[in-house]
Amino acid sequence: MSTTWEAVIGIEIHAQLLTRTKMFCGCELSFGDPPNTHTCPVCLAHPGALPVINREAIRLAIIAGHALGCEISERSVFARKNYFYPDLPKAYQISQYDQPICGPGRFRYLTPDGEQTLGITRAHLEEDAAKLIHLGAEGRRAEAEGSVVDFNRGGTPLLEIVTEPELHTGAAAAAFLKQLRQTLVHLGITDGSMEQGSMRADANISIRPAGTVGLGTKTELKNMNSFTFLERGITAEIARQTALVEGGGRVAQETLHFEPTTGRITSLRSKEQAHDYRYFPEPDLLPVVPDRAWVAEILAALPELPITRRERWMRDLRLTFEDAEVLADPPELGDYFEQVAALAPPKSAANWVRGDLRAQLRERDQEPWQSGVTPDALADIIAMAESREISMPSAKAVLTHVIDHGGAPRDVVAKLGLGAIQDESELMTLVDRLIADNPVQAQQMREGRDKLVGFFVGQAMKATQGRADPARIGELVRERVSAG
Amino acid sequence: MALTDLTAEQAVRAVTAGETSSEELVRAYLERAEHDDWHSFLAIDRDGAIDRARVIDAMPERPPLAGVPIAIKDALSTRDLPTTAGSRILEGFHPVYTATCVARLEAAGAVVIGKTNMDEFAMGSSCENSAYGPTLNPWDVSRVPGGSSGGSASAVAARQAPWSLGSDTGGSIRQPAALCGIVGLKPTYGAVSRYGLIAFASSLDQVGPFARTVRDAALLLQAMVGRDPMDSTSLEWPEPIVLPSAERLDGVRVGVIEELMGEGIEPGVRIACQAALDHVESLGGTLVPIRLPHAHHGLATYYLIAPAECSANLARFDGIRYGRRALDAEDLLEHYERTRGEGFGPEVKRRIMLGTFALASGYYEAYYGTAQRVRTRIVEDFEVAFADVDVLASPTSPTVAFPIGERTGDPLAMYLSDVCTIPVSLAGLPSLSIPCGLSDGLPVGLQLAGPALSENRLLDIAHALETAIGFDAVPAGVAA
Repeated sequence: MSTTWEAVIGIEIHAQLLTRTKMFCGCELSFGDPPNTHTCPVCLAHPGALPVINREAIRLAIIAGHALGCEISERSVFARKNYFYPDLPKAYQISQYDQPICGPGRFRYLTPDGEQTLGITRAHLEEDAAKLIHLGAEGRRAEAEGSVVDFNRGGTPLLEIVTEPELHTGAAAAAFLKQLRQTLVHLGITDGSMEQGSMRADANISIRPAGTVGLGTKTELKNMNSFTFLERGITAEIARQTALVEGGGRVAQETLHFEPTTGRITSLRSKEQAHDYRYFPEPDLLPVVPDRAWVAEILAALPELPITRRERWMRDLRLTFEDAEVLADPPELGDYFEQVAALAPPKSAANWVRGDLRAQLRERDQEPWQSGVTPDALADIIAMAESREISMPSAKAVLTHVIDHGGAPRDVVAKLGLGAIQDESELMTLVDRLIADNPVQAQQMREGRDKLVGFFVGQAMKATQGRADPARIGELVRERVSAG
Repeated sequence: MALTDLTAEQAVRAVTAGETSSEELVRAYLERAEHDDWHSFLAIDRDGAIDRARVIDAMPERPPLAGVPIAIKDALSTRDLPTTAGSRILEGFHPVYTATCVARLEAAGAVVIGKTNMDEFAMGSSCENSAYGPTLNPWDVSRVPGGSSGGSASAVAARQAPWSLGSDTGGSIRQPAALCGIVGLKPTYGAVSRYGLIAFASSLDQVGPFARTVRDAALLLQAMVGRDPMDSTSLEWPEPIVLPSAERLDGVRVGVIEELMGEGIEPGVRIACQAALDHVESLGGTLVPIRLPHAHHGLATYYLIAPAECSANLARFDGIRYGRRALDAEDLLEHYERTRGEGFGPEVKRRIMLGTFALASGYYEAYYGTAQRVRTRIVEDFEVAFADVDVLASPTSPTVAFPIGERTGDPLAMYLSDVCTIPVSLAGLPSLSIPCGLSDGLPVGLQLAGPALSENRLLDIAHALETAIGFDAVPAGVAA
């Protein structure tokens, strides 16, 4: 009997923090500025320069810890992580080691299958390395003619989040990371751009016979700069390990690189080449002991967590998981939706905001909260459509008009003459005329082909330029056909 | 009386009273600094110093330090003035910024005339580890001035500067002060900003003054002390530093560290210190024998903690951004190996290797971890002692200035030079050395140490003792 294998996966996330300045000096963060224009003696590690902790980074880490369900340490300690590389000017990275700012916890998140949790081992603060640019040879180091360093990025505050090895598939890892990213972005902790590298994820992967509890030898997979690549990379590595073990081989502990374009996995370094980082407490910095009142103040000022908001919508507004997920991202969309939902039936508000409003605005490169369609206006359109004052096609036309020309929806309806035909006799006359004009279809209906009611409704809508209520027309057609 | 015979305090007064000018003082000292028989200086800024003196002389009111010249240890970053820390790896390096302590002195009206020689990266007790050749002791040019701040000490002893700045990690101000017959003060850890002090061991390094009198040392400290937003370990200072004026020691309890008055201390040193301590009682104070049970672990503790920190602190000297770089390396590893292999001297390499080993995975707990725990015990020893006494006293150095070359082949013998100063450094306490007599014609220093932040009291006690001792010897080759 062949063994089935279960993968065990833990994720490490590095998120650049949205502070104004670097982690340990006053240089402003920048993206895309000319090289080496945001540097100083501290972030260039000139002789005698000393680091000073960025208080805003501490604040953001406290918020992140709260959202991750972690304990906020009463006392955390920065440590030096020593290794030589040209992108690391001090030849040590100031990081946190055995006393991180956020201790263990469980992160709660929602998936289509319901609530999930994932153990968080820790989250700690550190500084990013500078950017090494290899000249010539299309940026590949081995064949490069030379390398230069841009220190603008060096010293950018990073939050490293480490999860417990509790995931089992690439898809589950991607689902977790999506929810984590949403949470961090909503709280203003990071911009979360995986493409630009402001959020990066590595995966620790091992396999074991299903049903056992031990852990196999793990590999660390790097360079997965999108959710899709993360899922694909992990899936590929699980397949590689499984094939290796089933072929009688053994997994070697190594750091791997996933190449998204080819799907290939290559080795960066083996365990033998692993660094001894010689961590020790950073003597230039005092331990971080956040004042309790300050922490309370930070947490009191927090907006509603994304998961709390979505749970509230699903519970109180009866939104589906999918509605809630889509509407919660970005948070401005959620705010907009909530304003509409306060004035219109929530389910309709959700449909309109997710559907027609966003679709029409996207064509114009606008977002709802920046558009001319105020929540009031959208609620009015929804109200008119729901009460059948206007037909659905008219409602969409009104929306288009408001987007392009502004104005109150009710005025637009009047101006364009889009009000639904309320006069029953007028509708009756119309239906009778359509039956008379289309005797073949009328006869087929009488013989049982009820589907043809759609044909008559379509004709009626055309004749009235969308001002007829399709449902009422359908009722009338059935009534008159059988009467005829 | 020559201008260079004035104490700094007298010089400030003379300039302020219009009896002389900053430029005259600066020129007088430059004259002596440039005739540098002792190799006190690595760089002299004649034109810059005269320019700055003229600016001060032109001011409507004299600033507190009145344009009195000063020499600065080459471990302190000085904008546009070469700063090498005594190392080949920083040959020709011109910093882009000035250390906070130097900037504060300049703002108070001090005029920097030059940078002084030192053991490479402050690692040494004799100034023989300078990549630019040793400094000689003005009392006897066949002997060392002590170290690591040897150049700053000899410059003051040889009247090439009225005062100077040094840095002290395990004794690098106090020991050379003792060997050169001057006053050297290591303030409480955190009293003076370390921003711009090229780091040796960050948890121990502290900047402090060399001077001819305790009052001059106090005057310099006054202008530097206090919180600097650029140094997280700097302290908000509770009260201004006051120039000491005590003449009596009534009610003062002076603890004599028993472990440092016996074995291992040269007889001549012990006798001079004992004679100085006898003044305590004649001034109305009391001598109390004190034991520091863990002090004898100080040296071993220090030689784990300091190298560990230096192994990281000196890692930035990689030839990538500044400083000396090995040319034509084939790859990155060779670049690092050759740049650092050629740039660092043997003692620096020894300590980097020691520290790297002490921090290595699997050894950390046994070495660095244990050292940190012993350090805590030593701190507690001092706390217990200061429950009984106001200050502690001991010799500053177990010997007088030793002959050049005597200890260079024996690192352990060299390390023992700091056996008296290291425990105080590990505890981060304020401590100074005052000259207390001669032994075979060479000066002996008495070390006094107080509780953290007790500078004013410590300076007062030192001033009273200094006055009573009345040390007024001047090196023979220096006398005008």
